[in-house]
Amino acid sequence: MNHILGNISILTAAPVLNLGLLIDGVLIGSIFALAAYGLALVWGVMNVKNLAQGDFIMLGGYITWSLGRHHIDPLFGVPVAFALLWGIGWVVYRLVVSKVITRDLFTSLLATFGIAIVIQQSLNLAFGPDTESANAGLPTWQLAGGLITIPVTRVIGFVLAIALAAAVIVFMKNSRMGQAIRATAQDARAARVLGIDTEKVYSFTFCLNAAICGAAGALVALVWNVQPFFGTTYSIRLFVIVTAAGFGNLPAVIAAGFGMGVFEQFGGFVLGAEFQQALIVILLLGVLAVRQWQYVRVRQAVQ
Amino acid sequence: MNLAARQSWPFLLILVAGVIAPFLFPTYSNEIAVLWLMIVFASTWDILGGQMGYNSLGNIFFFGAGMYICAVVQIGLYYNVGMYTSGARTTHIVFTNAQYFTGLALGTVVAGIASAALAVVAGWIVLALRGPYFAIGTLGIAIAAAELVSSWEWVGAASGISMPVFPYGPEPQKLFFYFLLFALAFVLLVFLKWLYSTNFGLALNAIRDDEEKAEAMGLHTRRYKRTAWAISAAFLGVAGAIFGNMTGFIEPRDIAFPTTTFNLFMVVMVLLGGKGTLWGPVIGAVIFHTIKEVTWTYFLGWQFIALGALIVVTIVYFQQGVAGWLMEKYPRLFAPRPAARRGAAPALGGALTPHPEGAE
Amino acid sequence: MSGAIIALDNVTKSYGGVIANRAVSLTVERGGITGLIGPNGSGKTTLFNSIVGYHPIDSGSIRFDGQEISALSVQKIARLGLLRTFQTTRIYGKMSCMQNMLISIPHRKARLADMFAHERADVVERAEQLLAFVGLYEKRELRSGSLSFGQQKLLEFAMALMNEPTVLLLDEPTAGINPTLINGLLDRLKRANTEFGITLFIIEHNMRVIMNTAEKIYCMAHGELLAAGEPGEIQRDQRVIDAYLGAT
Repeated sequence: MNHILGNISILTAAPVLNLGLLIDGVLIGSIFALAAYGLALVWGVMNVKNLAQGDFIMLGGYITWSLGRHHIDPLFGVPVAFALLWGIGWVVYRLVVSKVITRDLFTSLLATFGIAIVIQQSLNLAFGPDTESANAGLPTWQLAGGLITIPVTRVIGFVLAIALAAAVIVFMKNSRMGQAIRATAQDARAARVLGIDTEKVYSFTFCLNAAICGAAGALVALVWNVQPFFGTTYSIRLFVIVTAAGFGNLPAVIAAGFGMGVFEQFGGFVLGAEFQQALIVILLLGVLAVRQWQYVRVRQAVQ
Repeated sequence: MNLAARQSWPFLLILVAGVIAPFLFPTYSNEIAVLWLMIVFASTWDILGGQMGYNSLGNIFFFGAGMYICAVVQIGLYYNVGMYTSGARTTHIVFTNAQYFTGLALGTVVAGIASAALAVVAGWIVLALRGPYFAIGTLGIAIAAAELVSSWEWVGAASGISMPVFPYGPEPQKLFFYFLLFALAFVLLVFLKWLYSTNFGLALNAIRDDEEKAEAMGLHTRRYKRTAWAISAAFLGVAGAIFGNMTGFIEPRDIAFPTTTFNLFMVVMVLLGGKGTLWGPVIGAVIFHTIKEVTWTYFLGWQFIALGALIVVTIVYFQQGVAGWLMEKYPRLFAPRPAARRGAAPALGGALTPHPEGAE
Repeated sequence: MSGAIIALDNVTKSYGGVIANRAVSLTVERGGITGLIGPNGSGKTTLFNSIVGYHPIDSGSIRFDGQEISALSVQKIARLGLLRTFQTTRIYGKMSCMQNMLISIPHRKARLADMFAHERADVVERAEQLLAFVGLYEKRELRSGSLSFGQQKLLEFAMALMNEPTVLLLDEPTAGINPTLINGLLDRLKRANTEFGITLFIIEHNMRVIMNTAEKIYCMAHGELLAAGEPGEIQRDQRVIDAYLGAT
């Protein structure tokens, strides 16, 4: 308890630190927002709550890290991971997800959880349990006389995340496939009746989400670090974001992504790094408890 | 064969098998003991998952809670817990036989009751949620427990707790805890057989089939949900207490709250064997545990990948499980008990009394 | 008002911008059969949902046997003796018909110990009699999900009777039923009313059925109460005719 109070007093004593945490939170939150968008997409279109989301991200991160180890600039990891994860997403969709879409929701949840375990353990087997990060060899900006440090990689990560998110949003609005996806999300049967191949839409959406996770993972490797078992934390984090914002409300999802980034930075600073995972899980329970309270008020089941 | 005999032969079989197994296969007595534990895991999960339709991904929480609560009681009765678990302790601590057994007995009972109480509390947080939200919420509870206990110095944090040593040596210890786990599993099965034959079983199934309809018919759904989870939790808590003492050492992430192993095994075993039946989870536990034990060494390094793949394959291709498959192929074997009265329909008119007015 | 077992006063309910029920006031006579008709989308099912507590209402009052129930939950209202059947016929699909009946006993007096009781012989007997009443006695051990749609409707009705309600709200009880079986269902509805003393409040689209069964009929349109009266009056009411033919 004492060191928590101590940390809070540091924050109040040096307001500049708050700014540093805020900036950090926003920079990292951009990656959360990107990945949360993908999760909300799959959720809204196919009603699949992908518990392997965080592990797709880790996959993207390890691909990027491997590039770095082979003396390729890890910044290339973003497009490479995007493309590779698209393919992996396609395989996962064909083998597993397509067969559980029509079943009840717990089935798809458990199936993706199984996939998450396969990925986690494969990564552990291949790369070992140490945390890794990719070094792009970029400098670090110093502001406010050294109290705020901003690695340029984080800024680039932020820019890339925003750019990718914008690209996806534009694609969804203007392309035929994007429209088909939105139509299917609203009413799959009607979409089918109107001639949309919903099977293709589902496959595309899942691949797109996997690719987004790949790119986000590349950014995570550049900006933060990866470890085979960090995936679960990410999955829960993203689930909290999408649940709190409501999966249909995409601007809210993105905003919540940034919010989560900021919240974690402050929480991690005040409570200490070892409580970080506990914090996220408690936040999950908090969000669910709020939903439950809303249910009691409105007397509708939490769907 | 009359009905009573038909229904009790599996119990007799298990009783006999369970009692003689450790003497027939002494080198495997630990593995068979874990089989009984698996049966407890599967059967308790099925109360909520198969019979009531609430799929929990966090039941391991009660297992670990029971484990730690029992340890705290066992140690705390005679010594200062904080001092015992502290890494800086240098004195060697000994428990007398009387202390060991009273601590164990009391600790196990408290573990069961406390776990049931925890289920009621957890129920306030998650039982009004449906489907996937309930699953993820329970998973969150289990992960949160693992994280929080890992940082809690008083119970040894991530280094865990060395349990009091069984006074009569390793061989008797194996036998002692084998029979404790076997007894727990057997009692659980007998209890569940009775429970599912009462109104409680009917209520659980109604909640599973259509909870809104059950509410609209005035069923006290919250009461039943809470009680079902408390019953599950009590048995899991006792199992945790026993298992913790059996292994002699407890720690939060891999032994008490293993969210990706035991926690998930529960679900897979029930799916394999067949949800919502008394024997399905048992069959699933036997199949799963046997395969796992036999192949673990051959899959060295790959075993968890194989496990994940098994989960996926079971869910995708074999969801109704062995019991479900059997029920489809041989429906007559599973026909419900014949009605007490045979022949023509009961007479109407006078037998149906117009019911008097009103609510009370 | 004596004689009224359900009294609605200016009940308003809106859903996301659409006003489903606007200032609806009506009464249901104790012991009688009351009908509720109106074209699709007039808000009938929403009204039923409001009465049984499925959702809160925006304003107004709903009294059951003199007691205000608009703030109570579905379960509490059901335990007071106010039940409803669903348009989509809901039963417990994986349980046998007999089990469906046994779990439908009234739960108002259920104590903790009752949770673990075995089915009592007199309860089983009553369930069998009610199943026979609706003609499902031979099928009592079958899985209810394997029954035909019409049989499931009868089962749902039998389950409702098992619950010993004071009032039964029936949402389109003859919808989807083979015309030759409708008379049988109607006969049982009337007997439930006369022999068991259960008040019935019925939403119906089948005019022949409701005109021959109900003593008083309310007609709704566009969320509002349009007309009320005996079957003969309603049939001749020009506003009702216009509502159905779409002139308004």
